[in-house]
Amino acid sequence: MSFVQNFPCFSIVICMAAGILSTPMNGKNAKRTTLAVVSLVMVMSIAVFIYTLYTGTSFVYTMGKYPAPWGNEIRAGVLECFLATVFSMVMLFSLIGGMDHVFKDVKAEKINLYFILVDLLLSSLLAIIYTNDLFTGYVFVEINTIAACGMIMIRESGRSLVAAIRYMVMSSIGSGLILIGLAMLYDITGHLLMRPAREALSNLAQTGEYMMPILVIISVITVGLAIKSGLYPFHSWMPDAYGYSTISSSSILSGLVSKSYIFLLIKIFYRVFGWDLLLKSKIVNVLFAFGLIGMIMGSVGAIMARDIYRMIAYSSIAQIGYIYMGIGLGTEAGMIAAVFHILSHAATKSLLFLSAKGLTDASGRRRYYLYLRGSAFRNPLAGAAFLVGSLSMVGIPMLSGFISKLLFATAALEGSPRKVFYTLIVLAVSTVLNAVYYLHTVIQIYTPKGIPEECRGIHIRMTPGVALAMICLILMNFILGLMSQPITDLIQLGIEMFV
Amino acid sequence: MGPNLWMNVEEIAAVILFGVGFTTLLLHRNMIKKIIGLNIMDTAVYLFLAAMGYIDDRIAPIVENGVTDASVYINPIPSGLVLTGIVVSVSVTALMLSLTVRLYRKYRTLDLDEILIEMQKEALK
Repeated sequence: MSFVQNFPCFSIVICMAAGILSTPMNGKNAKRTTLAVVSLVMVMSIAVFIYTLYTGTSFVYTMGKYPAPWGNEIRAGVLECFLATVFSMVMLFSLIGGMDHVFKDVKAEKINLYFILVDLLLSSLLAIIYTNDLFTGYVFVEINTIAACGMIMIRESGRSLVAAIRYMVMSSIGSGLILIGLAMLYDITGHLLMRPAREALSNLAQTGEYMMPILVIISVITVGLAIKSGLYPFHSWMPDAYGYSTISSSSILSGLVSKSYIFLLIKIFYRVFGWDLLLKSKIVNVLFAFGLIGMIMGSVGAIMARDIYRMIAYSSIAQIGYIYMGIGLGTEAGMIAAVFHILSHAATKSLLFLSAKGLTDASGRRRYYLYLRGSAFRNPLAGAAFLVGSLSMVGIPMLSGFISKLLFATAALEGSPRKVFYTLIVLAVSTVLNAVYYLHTVIQIYTPKGIPEECRGIHIRMTPGVALAMICLILMNFILGLMSQPITDLIQLGIEMFV
Repeated sequence: MGPNLWMNVEEIAAVILFGVGFTTLLLHRNMIKKIIGLNIMDTAVYLFLAAMGYIDDRIAPIVENGVTDASVYINPIPSGLVLTGIVVSVSVTALMLSLTVRLYRKYRTLDLDEILIEMQKEALK
């Protein structure tokens, strides 16, 4: 066994240890520890990624002394390591980019608590990505929720408290559904590790026993994770939660936390249920339908929004709809498109949140469109970053959003004929709607005339950290857009490793 | 149907309780009642797990008098899952209660709808 194989386990444990060690520290030291740990995790994820790519196989790492089918396991393949790398990168850039605001928004004596939550969140994200055990997955989903809730409420304004409680209520409903689904799954299969559970399920499917409970399990777990990731009818907490928390939290929550639940769902689909059962259960069609509705409704909400953060948050709802639509196509191409969009949205949304913060700072911290007019001239880098992010979301070639739309469209063409029709129409309508609200904002911020009185004479100079974070995120968007072929090949390789 | 129903009475009770908790958590306006609903829902799952892990005429999976034969004891894994689940739900409950205290101090009410209305008024000011 090579030493690199220990890294997934190390990266989870290091994050937790950093959280514990940060407890007695002051804010500055906690910040340094967290940044060091996130970078370390990034380096380790890259190492494991290269290792899995080099060996061409995934590996299973036994946690504790009992082997499968009893013990607990971590599994690392190409896709897991790639996602861990991208997630830790996005996290690092969101933290650096929003650092000044963390110190402004959070009370001085509580700043180390914020970084403890970030450590905890990263460790649970990694555990969700790597785990091979369903119940471990559930426990870390809960830890993830608690850490995310803390990151929303730490600003302690009335709105962020209400946002946190709405988030918590919705998430608890999702967790309850996941938990009862797992309990039933354990009852009929007798396993919690993904591989043995899969074998037991396919044996049951062959004999035709317990078909009703299996259907219930599939739907309950899927709906639970869909609620947690904010699929359309369960999205009501998102605009407030993303719109009123400190900016690092917003970009981490929208970019990473909701994506990790979707990734867990994809993993469960491939490694536990298998496509035969899923297609028979028709649950993918449900996801497809709600994904399509979400794409439209999210965009409509974004058009109606009057302030820039809520607009970006509503656009997240539409993007989650895209991802579920891709999963709902029920083909491998659709899944590749969905995973690509997870990456692309993580990179773009954090960029948009950070640049929106830069723009509102340049307007005297006012968030309504009226005051944002001309703000791109008062803060040129944030303006450029917002422009890149918007163009990527709308789907302009060379940027990552274009590739995901292209992948969705080509994936739809391979699927069933009825779905082709709906997908292409909704994709077209949604692109137009995206263009309406993103380009409207871009035009507003680049309008030199009619700048409101209050915002005249403000000129923001970015701190080097924020500038660096934005430039890195812009580059990430371009890399995802220009090198899409190797990346989709990687995703395909990773998905094939799942089985 | 009849005998099966009687054999699985704990599971049926668990699923009914789950439904009660679920609807309370989702639909009730009062925060404390929401939290009670959350707890009923989680406890229902534990009842479900414990009932499924129990085997008639066997004892709890703690080695007694040096008997290591597995056929004497019930399945220990569901009990372990219940313990883990209890830890999770205690922490979630604590977090929700602390949030509720915060909200009560700020808005002087436990009704989520009233809080939302108050919040909207604040935003308009």
